[in-house]
Amino acid sequence: MDFTIGDSLLELSYLIAALLFVFGLKLLSHPATARRGNLWAASGMGLAMITTLLLHKNSSGGGIPMMNMWVIILFIGIGSALGWIIARKVKMTAMPQLVSLFNASGGAASMLVALLEYPNAIAGDTGSILVTVLGLVIGAIAFSGSVIAWGKLDGRVGDIMKPFMTYLNLFLLVLTIALSVYIIISPNPPTDLMWAIYILTLLSLIYGVMFVMPIGGADMPVVISLLNALTGIAAAMAGFIYGNQAMILGGILVGAAGMILTMLMCKAMNRSLLNVIIGSFGGSAAGAAGDGDKTVKEISLSDAAVLLSYSQKVYIVPGYGLAVAQAQHLCHELDTLLAAKGVEVKYAIHPVAGRMPGHMNVLLAEADVPYDKLVEMDEANNEMPNTDVVIVIGANDVVNPAAEDDPGSPIYGMPIIKVLDAKNVIVMKRSMAAGYAAIPNNLFYHPKNSMLFGDAKASLQKLVTEVKSL
Amino acid sequence: MEQALTLFFEYKEEIFIIALSIFLGIEVISHVPAVLHTPLMSGANAISGVIIIGGIILVGHADLTSFSVNLVLGILALIFGTLNVVGGFAITDRMLEMFKKKKK
Repeated sequence: MDFTIGDSLLELSYLIAALLFVFGLKLLSHPATARRGNLWAASGMGLAMITTLLLHKNSSGGGIPMMNMWVIILFIGIGSALGWIIARKVKMTAMPQLVSLFNASGGAASMLVALLEYPNAIAGDTGSILVTVLGLVIGAIAFSGSVIAWGKLDGRVGDIMKPFMTYLNLFLLVLTIALSVYIIISPNPPTDLMWAIYILTLLSLIYGVMFVMPIGGADMPVVISLLNALTGIAAAMAGFIYGNQAMILGGILVGAAGMILTMLMCKAMNRSLLNVIIGSFGGSAAGAAGDGDKTVKEISLSDAAVLLSYSQKVYIVPGYGLAVAQAQHLCHELDTLLAAKGVEVKYAIHPVAGRMPGHMNVLLAEADVPYDKLVEMDEANNEMPNTDVVIVIGANDVVNPAAEDDPGSPIYGMPIIKVLDAKNVIVMKRSMAAGYAAIPNNLFYHPKNSMLFGDAKASLQKLVTEVKSL
Repeated sequence: MEQALTLFFEYKEEIFIIALSIFLGIEVISHVPAVLHTPLMSGANAISGVIIIGGIILVGHADLTSFSVNLVLGILALIFGTLNVVGGFAITDRMLEMFKKKKK
């Protein structure tokens, strides 16, 4: 009865791993315990990997041969070293790209596992063919989609949006689904359908590329968390193939968590998920804003420095531009300088500021900004009326008043940081160009607002010098 | 319809797990503060690397005596899975370390 003990131990280890995933994720959602949670989840993964290696048996009861064990250990070793080095050495500011890259590799692994397991399925076994095909399609979309997301975050791929793409994507999606259904209900043995599986893989990969391609800007956090959810679901589907509960639970857990985050991001933009995927911001972005006598007021560096130094309360609203300019350290320098002068400085963080969920938090944490200074949108909005100056650095759409007062604007209804409730606003901006969504921003023309033109990093540097010399 | 019901019966345990895991996932992560959005996403991403088990099973029972494209793909799956797991947990830890540093 030796084999049953091994089998039981293996299942027991999967149960423990699954529990560690759940507890890990739970602890990860509280600041004080997050690091421990990550460690717990990691140890669950390590346990499941080791016991699988030692105790897994194939359908005819054979364990993993010694030779194969060494090969596995070798390649896991290579993968681990690579993953570790990348994760430790890459600059902290490249974090969003990296998360996408790791997500892509998870998707690729799911795709490959499904692709390789498909020929082993039994003809007519609809259930296992269904999950294999789902694992393949979802894994492939998550893989190629994440690669494109990585390219965008890394500045290698631009946002390409042509009107016909909506239809092309819809067509690709329908084709992918149709071919999947054909494979699933076909009574032919899987080995006869390999051509279809290869085409399906290719189609899914192309769809992943095409679906992320047009999405950019403030929609990026939605897509990143959606892709994350997809990788989880793909892993769960592969878990089905093996009847492996740890894989199913782990994968679905990630899928559900990713979906919640996706919904949260959608809510922060007052848009539906479908709206994000299918259409980018509408073409007729003109809105009802009156043109004509719009004048922009500029502020000089020394005036800005004086205004800030003699304020009581200052809010900084960071956006993607801050990350692009890599000006977070200067930003922190400015806030400590002002704090030394008795000014209360805080940061107002919009949920979709940046290109991934929580992007601004990570960026500012990297510059040593204490996280109790980072205020979430609703609380910041409550404090706006008592705020003397708001500095907007590299943010645009998340402070656009059109979201509140212009029903014709594509972002109408999106919750924003109400900077105009404060006494003064300074917008740091390279030029008068509109934000990602190409929506005109009337904030720039408001009498309360002054513009400080120039590269965020250079402007902040000069501002820091000015404040120091006061 | 009958086929769907048969499928359900055949996979009832797994379907139960799925239903309960979805609920669990939602319960576990709701009310997460925005500060933790990135680490949470990245930690969850590492958990989805659980696909590595599939890679281990694939290569574990593969025939190593002859070269095949499938073997190469299996090994690739293994490497990709490991990258996802190790890289994912390591980067999450690095992020959280950064948050922690400022707590004192």
